[in-house]
Amino acid sequence: MMIDPLSVFLLLISASTPILFAALGELVAERAGVLNLGVEGMMITGALAGFAAAYATGNPFLGFLVAALAGAVISMLFAGLTQLFLANQVASGLALTLFGLGLAAMFGKPFEGVKAPPMPTGPLRINWIVWLGLIMVPLIWAFLNRSRAGLILRGVGENHEAAHALGYNVRLTRTAAIAFGGAMAGVGGAYISIATVLQWTEGMTAGAGWIALAIVVFSKWTAPGVLAGAWLFGGVTVLQLRLQAAGVAVPVQLLSMAPYLATILVLVIISARQKYSRRAGGGSPGSLGTNFHALR
Amino acid sequence: MILLVPRQTASNGWQIATPVMAVLATMVTGGLLFAIMGYDPVAAIRTIFWDPLFGPAASYSRPQLLIKAAPLILIASGLAIGFRAGIWNIGAEGQYIIGALTGAAVALALYPLEAWWLFPLMVLAGLAGGWAWGMIPAMLRNWFGASEILVSLMLVYVAQRVAAWMAFGPMRNPEGMGFPGSRNLQQYPSAANPELIAGTGAHWGVVAAALAVLATWVLMSRHIRGFHIRAAGTAPRAARFAGVSPTTLVAFCLGLSGALAGAAGLFEVAGPAGQVTDKLGTGYGFTAIIVAFLGRLHPVGILLAGLLLALTYIGGELAQLTMSLPAATVQVFQGMLLFFLLGFDVLTRFRIRRRLRA
Amino acid sequence: MQRRTLLATASALIMALAAPALAQDEPLKVGFIYVGPVGDGGWTYQHDLGRQAIEAEYGDRVETTFIESVPEGADAERALTQLALAGNDIIFATSFGFMDPVMNVAAKFPDVKFEHATGYKRSDNVATYDARFYEGRAVIGTIAGRMTESDIIGYIGSFPIPEVIQGINSSFIHARKVNPDVQMRVVWAYSWFDPAKEAEAASALLAEGVDVILQHTDSTAPLAQAQQAGAIGFGQASDMAAFKPSPRVASIIDEWSPYYIKRVGAMLDGTWESGASWAGIGDGEVVIGEITDAVPAEVKAEAEALRDAIGAGEYHPFTGPLNKADGSVWLAEGETASDDDLQSMNFYVEGITAQIPQ
Repeated sequence: MMIDPLSVFLLLISASTPILFAALGELVAERAGVLNLGVEGMMITGALAGFAAAYATGNPFLGFLVAALAGAVISMLFAGLTQLFLANQVASGLALTLFGLGLAAMFGKPFEGVKAPPMPTGPLRINWIVWLGLIMVPLIWAFLNRSRAGLILRGVGENHEAAHALGYNVRLTRTAAIAFGGAMAGVGGAYISIATVLQWTEGMTAGAGWIALAIVVFSKWTAPGVLAGAWLFGGVTVLQLRLQAAGVAVPVQLLSMAPYLATILVLVIISARQKYSRRAGGGSPGSLGTNFHALR
Repeated sequence: MILLVPRQTASNGWQIATPVMAVLATMVTGGLLFAIMGYDPVAAIRTIFWDPLFGPAASYSRPQLLIKAAPLILIASGLAIGFRAGIWNIGAEGQYIIGALTGAAVALALYPLEAWWLFPLMVLAGLAGGWAWGMIPAMLRNWFGASEILVSLMLVYVAQRVAAWMAFGPMRNPEGMGFPGSRNLQQYPSAANPELIAGTGAHWGVVAAALAVLATWVLMSRHIRGFHIRAAGTAPRAARFAGVSPTTLVAFCLGLSGALAGAAGLFEVAGPAGQVTDKLGTGYGFTAIIVAFLGRLHPVGILLAGLLLALTYIGGELAQLTMSLPAATVQVFQGMLLFFLLGFDVLTRFRIRRRLRA
Repeated sequence: MQRRTLLATASALIMALAAPALAQDEPLKVGFIYVGPVGDGGWTYQHDLGRQAIEAEYGDRVETTFIESVPEGADAERALTQLALAGNDIIFATSFGFMDPVMNVAAKFPDVKFEHATGYKRSDNVATYDARFYEGRAVIGTIAGRMTESDIIGYIGSFPIPEVIQGINSSFIHARKVNPDVQMRVVWAYSWFDPAKEAEAASALLAEGVDVILQHTDSTAPLAQAQQAGAIGFGQASDMAAFKPSPRVASIIDEWSPYYIKRVGAMLDGTWESGASWAGIGDGEVVIGEITDAVPAEVKAEAEALRDAIGAGEYHPFTGPLNKADGSVWLAEGETASDDDLQSMNFYVEGITAQIPQ
């Protein structure tokens, strides 16, 4: 039995687009030192807002724009809690997921059962949003590693006390990173409603936000790593479904565990390298998950 | 310009006042939300907060509060200890699932044996399963410095898939007509975790939750380890000089919170849930994190927070039932409550000052 | 005996108030618990349409309520009890996983009638009901067999349980009947509703050369994928009319209204009895949605003739000679499958080369 690798690959890059967007956004937030577990809530918000806009205007691209805005807006709840009121990030993120799922379900009622306008396909019969996701990878890499703003952002994430001492505004930087994360998650969610399903239904992100969180860890907090992670996580699903379709019996549950175990392995390796050798970099941001409060 | 000044110790007055303020704020904004949605706000809020306690069917719903709150309190008690020490176990959901699986595995392996020691053995297996699943992030952190936040979270996903695998494969009920899911432990007398006193809702998990609150209180306020934990959380460097071993503390906190989460899973699968299914994890492990924070990481606070959250769940169901309020609206309302509670917490930890212009 | 169970007293009290269901001035109270949100556009949505049909049919004589998004397990038991305590006379539980909770609650409320969808446990006050979806699958299988140009049709399964396996076998048998060269590919999504995964499953099938997709999962994602690839598919659970006329060329609709109206009517007459209902096209519980013009007229006529033959009871979709996939004889010439055989079906018929995951 033969499986054409190219067809699997093409399938893979569109299937992994939602998690790629969400994970890239979370990557930027985490590099700024913010652990936002509300990805699922922001994705579903984007899925609804984007669908509603695409349906109302008939323009899918406008839908994605609105989805990005909606994701950014709802992420400000998290930013307010963690940056202004210094609430715990883990708890605030979980609360955001709960709130987002409820809010989207509540406002989604009028959009049930209607269909989104068709997505125009781009080059190689792959739609433009998939291309945008792929282009975002080098852009975010360049931003983080080659730009001054990226340097500040990483500094804030690595050691917020030092960044503050150097005169950088930790909270503002983090708020911007959270907003960017929200916008990207919103686009990722909207990809599911506008491009994959073409309809709105409650709970349609079905846990994609949580996979995105795993991907960021797998990526070792780098943009190319996120792409690799999205393809690995998406790839395992695509591959097992593809094998099933070809009539091969696969242990689905065991196979779907594999990427998470791989993520833990990657995390252990990079942590061990950081711990036992002097080479810095490549690990989790030093201030990840901790809030900053300026005493001066 | 407003300035936040950290308090040396959390303010006692505010610790009591802020949850009340948060609930009031939720009632006001939530009431507004209900009014906009076209529901009577007063009736809705009464249904959610009052009726489960004192409404017409309160004699049923009051014990249900205990059943719903018990796993939350049990898990959150363990988590809070780690959180105090700056050790972030956010994978309690996974430890809960594995505890339920290992506990249920004992019963399913010995079925249909009836013996008094079966249930205690299951509890031990549940504790051990949760402990072991919690020790994975502990050891990976101690040996390699891997973040326990991320490892424990990843292990939740793994545990969920293990549960699905078990429900469809090894633990599937041979008499279940081909449907996934194990035998129902409620119908296996020696393995069941029944209501202890009829009408109270109290099963062994409720007893365990009460014990956990007491034990963690004693631990944190009276025991030297509790002192170490608090020291490690507030001044890690000083704690190290005082001879507190960080690796022991990591193993202790993750092991303990894992074991408690595992026990919660076992009590649930042998009692209210009854079966191993692929939907074994219903989010108690994540909700417990919120409960721990709402309870200000204090055993008594956790007890109250667990009950408050259980109240909104049960009241939310009642509101669906009696007022046809959609489940989503209730979920939004719960989200608001959490936001307010988390936000107002700032007042307990900080003093608010007006910044004087220079 | 002061510690007489609170629950028993409460339920006795409520029953004293609500039991005389035949009293003319009190409307009959009908409760539902749903596993998903009413907005899922599929399984739960269709049950809720059935609930609305009850209201439309009986008007003031009935009062319906529902609780949506109830997780299976402990929460289901509480929600069912709340419905019973609220004075509902008959309660419909619309998910397989509610089975044991229904049995538990029904034992505590002997005067309340319970109806459990898709389960197999019954008692004096618990009836079960299900629909013969395989009858509808025979019709769309016929269309699929005629419409495929690549001679490969695909099937997205949710979980490998008898109901889904019946559907796969039925559609394959009838596709083969009209097209001896047809082959079927089966993919299991391990979910009833996961749009992203269903889309991937559809893509995987399309990449295998499939040009007609049948689905037993509830989202429109497979139709959206089919549309992009120029393939066709069928609406599942609901009509999915937004995808007319193509890729959705027909649909198989869960229509619960006739059953709900009948059973609530029996309650109103006082003739309700426990039993197992398994109705199909003939009773209007399985409906084939409009076959669009994308299907050639003769194929449409053929499918409609089959539908009518099944509906009239002239033809059984599982009529021998039929062999199992391992080559052994299942049904001899002219023999039809028994309901018991169907309800525990765990094999493919001859011609399907895939394996059922165990």
